[in-house]
Amino acid sequence: MKKSIISILAAVISIVAGLVLGLVVVMATGSDAAISWSCFTAMLTSGFSSMAKLAKVLYQAAPLIMTGLSVGFAFKTGLFNIGAPGQYLMGAFVALVGAIQFQLSWPICIIAAMIAGALWGALPGLAKAYFNVNEVITSIMLNWIGLFIVNISLMNMPKMLPPHWVPSPIKDRTASLKYANPDGIIPKMGMDEFFGSPYINISIIIAILFAVVIYIILNRTTFGYELKACGHNRESARYAGINAKRNIILSMCIAGALSGVGGALYYLSGEADYNILKVLQANGFNGIPVALLATSNPLGIIFSALFISYIQVGGEAMQPHFATEVIDIIVSVIIYLAAFTLLTKGLLSKVIKFNDGKDANAEPKPAEKNTGKENGK
Amino acid sequence: MAETTNKPTKANESEYVIEMLNITKEFPGIKANDNITLQLKKGEIHALLGENGAGKSTLMSVLFGLYQPEAGCIKKNGEVVKINDPNDANMLNIGMVHQHFKLVECFSVLDNIILGVEPNTAGFLKKKDARKKVLDLSERYGLHVDPDAIVEDISVGMQQRTEILKMLYRDNEILIFDEPTAVLTPQEIDELMRIMRGFANEGKSILFITHKLAEIMAVADRCTVLRKGKYIGTVNIADTTPQELSRMMVGRNVNFKVDKQDMEPGEVVLEVNGITVPSKLHKGNSVQDVSFNVRRGEIVTLAGIEGNGQTQFVYALTGLDKPTAGSIKLCGKDITKMAIRDRSKMGMSHIPEDRHKHGLVLDYSLEQNMVLQKYWDPQFQSMGFIKFDAVREYSERLIEQYDVRSGQGPITMARSMSGGNQQKAIVAREIDKDPELLVAVQPTRGLDVGAIEYIHKQIVAQRDAGKAVLLVSLELDEVMNLSDRILVMYEGEIVGEFDPKVTTTEELGLYMAGAKRQER
Repeated sequence: MKKSIISILAAVISIVAGLVLGLVVVMATGSDAAISWSCFTAMLTSGFSSMAKLAKVLYQAAPLIMTGLSVGFAFKTGLFNIGAPGQYLMGAFVALVGAIQFQLSWPICIIAAMIAGALWGALPGLAKAYFNVNEVITSIMLNWIGLFIVNISLMNMPKMLPPHWVPSPIKDRTASLKYANPDGIIPKMGMDEFFGSPYINISIIIAILFAVVIYIILNRTTFGYELKACGHNRESARYAGINAKRNIILSMCIAGALSGVGGALYYLSGEADYNILKVLQANGFNGIPVALLATSNPLGIIFSALFISYIQVGGEAMQPHFATEVIDIIVSVIIYLAAFTLLTKGLLSKVIKFNDGKDANAEPKPAEKNTGKENGK
Repeated sequence: MAETTNKPTKANESEYVIEMLNITKEFPGIKANDNITLQLKKGEIHALLGENGAGKSTLMSVLFGLYQPEAGCIKKNGEVVKINDPNDANMLNIGMVHQHFKLVECFSVLDNIILGVEPNTAGFLKKKDARKKVLDLSERYGLHVDPDAIVEDISVGMQQRTEILKMLYRDNEILIFDEPTAVLTPQEIDELMRIMRGFANEGKSILFITHKLAEIMAVADRCTVLRKGKYIGTVNIADTTPQELSRMMVGRNVNFKVDKQDMEPGEVVLEVNGITVPSKLHKGNSVQDVSFNVRRGEIVTLAGIEGNGQTQFVYALTGLDKPTAGSIKLCGKDITKMAIRDRSKMGMSHIPEDRHKHGLVLDYSLEQNMVLQKYWDPQFQSMGFIKFDAVREYSERLIEQYDVRSGQGPITMARSMSGGNQQKAIVAREIDKDPELLVAVQPTRGLDVGAIEYIHKQIVAQRDAGKAVLLVSLELDEVMNLSDRILVMYEGEIVGEFDPKVTTTEELGLYMAGAKRQER
């Protein structure tokens, strides 16, 4: 209980610190203090300013929840899944190929994305389990390998590009699902009319369901018990007869699958086309601050993803007074500081000395009958 | 019972080189030192006795300037001094040999001795004078070391002598020894006692921290006893008995001798044949062709000095590591290649040497740790979902039955528990598995007398219940008290088998040090 209070307090303090530093950057880069201030407040309030904006916050939060879960789940089991961008990308790629090239419907595309992400996550897991190669190195490499495989593949798959479906000169992004395969679009179930925005669909609900499932796996099942035991202390897990190698691989598979679904949720909305660029999607990397901000708690990740999505949508409101690059810096500064949650948490638990008996002997003091002097008789 | 007063008077003030008067040091939720007074006379060996958590380390940290006390003062030769950090302590000629040596492993003995006070001219080392001084000191006190040997290559005994020379090199007059005998053979312990006597005769003052009563009786002049952070008293060793000391330390009478009935061992439970385990550190084997068996109703002990292959042997036995040759049979079934979980299901319980590395998941609660070897059992899960009620009920029973004390009961984090109770939790878990074979590796390491007595009783109870017990221990007292049969391990081999009823600790010591071996 006290621990969760500290966690929440730490998250709030980190966010406030990020906002203050963000304000400093806004003031420093803006030409007019009054305009800068109004831009800053616009960024902070934009997400709630209209139903359409709120819809966008929810839409962008869904993939963030998934990559946040991916990173957070791996953290809980003692692994640092910095490969989320690559797994996210593989999920997106397979989902889009399924929807456009093979004209599959959306649930099958999501499942395919899940498998692709799991495989991409399994590779560093295998290397870690059998050759003790640090998963950070292998998964960073796989991020880039994945990016260029996807880009080369898409450029050589004419069916994936718009000219195949509608007369269009665009050749560096995938075809819009609206023309290519409306069945591949995640259903909106009337939410678009309610919010008055085309972005919203049931992806946010799917993401929240995943968060709940991951929460249950980690906290209610023997599988979660084993995974967390491995994460806390691999040696004692081994001592208890837990197959640590198998758990490392499974854990990376599940983390990869979550990221893969994230990629599918974002690109199967019908509103986003994959742009063939030489950069990794920010949604993948942003899973890291999302997970850290929530100290890897699956339910907390829902809220931290919403926060980061909110700030990102808010950033758009600063145009045109600020260049997009500057807005990116401001958003990043806020997210960056927010990711300091763990540090803040550590400092907090030092400052607020909740007496949970961490010092010396935690034994409750038994009634001391014999404390009196038995010396000197 | 004769006892010196602990109230300083004007008359005897100068008699003491160091006085710690009415020291109080609090940590959140606990008074680690509560009004403690310790007075060290010039030229005496003064023992500081207490259980774990009695406040010995805290008191020494205060003397060393690592902690500032809330109340009380420290006097040197009758004058109040302020010790803000270890450098101040060094200036006052206070030196300490820590329980875990503070040596740079890849440096030579000489480099370690001069570290921090390197003689130099304009920044260039002048080792020649230093070497001469070290050799002189080493000869004068009979502290044999090779100044050019690299620390990681030399024996634990020589490392300790290096630490002692470090203090002498700095001309320290007040020498603190923190549990110095834990890692030594009986012969080395005698040697250390002789050296300590020599220091005292030269007028150096020694503070000797320990919980081994025999050593205090053998070497100390006076003894101060602490219990649960409180000052219990200071006694003259000449006027006291080990029983008296232990009662002061624990607060009740302690039974040192383990009550054990003679028993006729039954059929063979564990059969080890030619087990060889390669070393992770060098090209050779850390365990070489080890064979023995353990029968029902007997406690077989593997004795030896730390680092002679006991750890590696147990890893191979319990499945944490793989042997390259040999076979292991449990209840007649070959388990050499079996997975850890399967060995456990076959009836092997393992109280591991390192309770933090293996025995517990420190960031799990006590109840989660209690089911660490059993969580997969249908008793505690159905369809992969943990039955939290069953786990709670089970751990509450174990906590009650084995008297495991903790701050918040089953939900206490294992990390926040005291070492003794962590160990009790492991013992409870492993014994409650109702094993055929109990492998207990240093089950009482670092525990206080009360907890040791308790764990010894549990182990003997297992033997009396007809289980086979393999004990691995570095403590000769424990070896002599518990065993039905003793095997001595030296450099990975079993060099002798003994009956505790007819052998002596001196005899064992010779085998442990490699000076003698039996043809088996």
